[in-house]
Amino acid sequence: MERILTRWLDIPDLRKLDVYVGNGGYKALRKALFDMKPEEIINEVKNSNLRGRGGAAFPTGVKWSFIPKDSKKPVYLCCNADESEPGTFANRYELELDPHGIIEGIAITCRAVGAHIAYTYLRGEFTVQKRILDAAIAEAYASNYLGKNILGSGFDLDVFTHRGAGAYICGEETGLLESLEGKRAYPRNRPPFPAIQGAFGCPTVVNNVETLANVPHIINRGADWYKSIGPEKSPGPKIFCLSGHVNKPGLYELPMGFPLKDLIYDVGGGILDGKALKGVIPGGSSFPIFTAEEAVKVNMDFESVRAAGSLMGTAGVMVMHEDTCMVDALKTIAHFYHHESCGQCTPCREGCGWIEKLVTEIEAGRGKMEDLKVLIDAASNMEGNTICVLADSLSMPVKSFVPKYRDEFEAHIKLGRCPFKDRDGKAGGLSAAAGH
Amino acid sequence: MPANQPPKFSDAALAEYRQLLGRYPTQRAALLPTLWIAQREFGWLSDETLDYVAHLMELPPAHVRAVVSFYTMLHRKPVGRYLLDVCTNLSCRLRGADKIVGCIRRRLNIEMGETTPDGKFTLGSAECMASCGTAPMLQLNQDAYVENLTEESILKLIDELAGRDN
Repeated sequence: MERILTRWLDIPDLRKLDVYVGNGGYKALRKALFDMKPEEIINEVKNSNLRGRGGAAFPTGVKWSFIPKDSKKPVYLCCNADESEPGTFANRYELELDPHGIIEGIAITCRAVGAHIAYTYLRGEFTVQKRILDAAIAEAYASNYLGKNILGSGFDLDVFTHRGAGAYICGEETGLLESLEGKRAYPRNRPPFPAIQGAFGCPTVVNNVETLANVPHIINRGADWYKSIGPEKSPGPKIFCLSGHVNKPGLYELPMGFPLKDLIYDVGGGILDGKALKGVIPGGSSFPIFTAEEAVKVNMDFESVRAAGSLMGTAGVMVMHEDTCMVDALKTIAHFYHHESCGQCTPCREGCGWIEKLVTEIEAGRGKMEDLKVLIDAASNMEGNTICVLADSLSMPVKSFVPKYRDEFEAHIKLGRCPFKDRDGKAGGLSAAAGH
Repeated sequence: MPANQPPKFSDAALAEYRQLLGRYPTQRAALLPTLWIAQREFGWLSDETLDYVAHLMELPPAHVRAVVSFYTMLHRKPVGRYLLDVCTNLSCRLRGADKIVGCIRRRLNIEMGETTPDGKFTLGSAECMASCGTAPMLQLNQDAYVENLTEESILKLIDELAGRDN
């Protein structure tokens, strides 16, 4: 298959402006500025069925169309580069290796929705990536792909990078907006939605890096071409992030709908040390785990993964083999969401802490059988009862790990220790996982 | 920064701060970037530094402190010259992050969150840093990633860093 989003594998130095332009870069921006009306850009993206790549899979063109056409207030675009979903590392490489692809996507999107300022919100850890993007933005200004009267079109656009400082919740779009405004990243109640009242009280589009990187290709080659890749309802190329117990972890661009089995055993080179597959989280740690039996039957597109009982999220595929202690794995996940809960909503703040504590006790061999019911109850009771979906993001792993690997949870309780470790609690399980 | 001297941005930092203000419709939006400048200038964010930032930006000191306490990368106490933030999230643990942490602890004789007595190394843990395909990994001084870590490579890195100033 032709590589589209990961062209950098075929084009060395794609991150440099002259190489990017030499390979058709900024042609889509010219088309969007001179040959298309904003409405036509929105319609093309709507027709392409491009769905947001940040986890929620909302149709991008539809999101853009919510921006009021005759807004008296300025309109903003926020490029979400807060990539933090455990298991996800696509945006990171896009920023490092194809920054102009992102800038061009930003510029076309701004033209479509009438924005003249775009902020790229990078997670605090993306120091190197911010440097690269800042350098590319400076190149783009110098060649008038950004700035005043872009390429003589009369369209003005300023693009700024904004660095976070370490908080998962900044990836949630309203948390991002609060953080951008210089506050704690407390997600907002909706409505009003960002399209009406987003950054600084003005209409705002928030799009993920990978979503924006798709846009120039759609404008260049058309919605029909885009829809010809992968399944009709969630088409397009997709970057899959493969990690965990596979021989060849890494980024793989594949059409939507690619079989998970082939991703693991063919593309990913199979399971480490020839061991048996135990479980796969298909979309980043917020989503239900598949058992080995479930995983090998699933195709990786939004509809198919949902139909199989999980969600594709950010396509962060985390693979676990037979030596993995699933209680320890869930403990790791629970610790993360407890740590990252912003604390605004009681069910999440208390629920995530309670769940972490219970799973930690069970893993340490101090659990009780009734704890398993309490885990499910706590997870169920925080679901849907909070401002944002962080609580659901722990509820889903709990409600899939516990029933699907119930024998392992019970074994910890009955034995009074982790069955994967020796009697001193040292060797074995996740703590003994080998590096390279 | 000399003791008892109230913190103040250098001229270059002040110029950078003023340029930041032009990017946003509100002054408050420049808070996180300004805190990054402060951390770069002073190494960490003391009460006095936060008061200085609050005064500079005409923001309530309580607001500045509330924001700082929300974000894990802003230091409220001094850290070592070399800050090693090891990812301890799932993908890195599946590839041996626990062993890497153990290796660092034993080599430096410090626990997670501690700094060596000579002020050279701080061991920290971090949540997933978007480097799962090259796990296990760490971030050095909140900048470059060091990836595909092994017990050998982490010891080599520590020795190399330890020798830099000697």
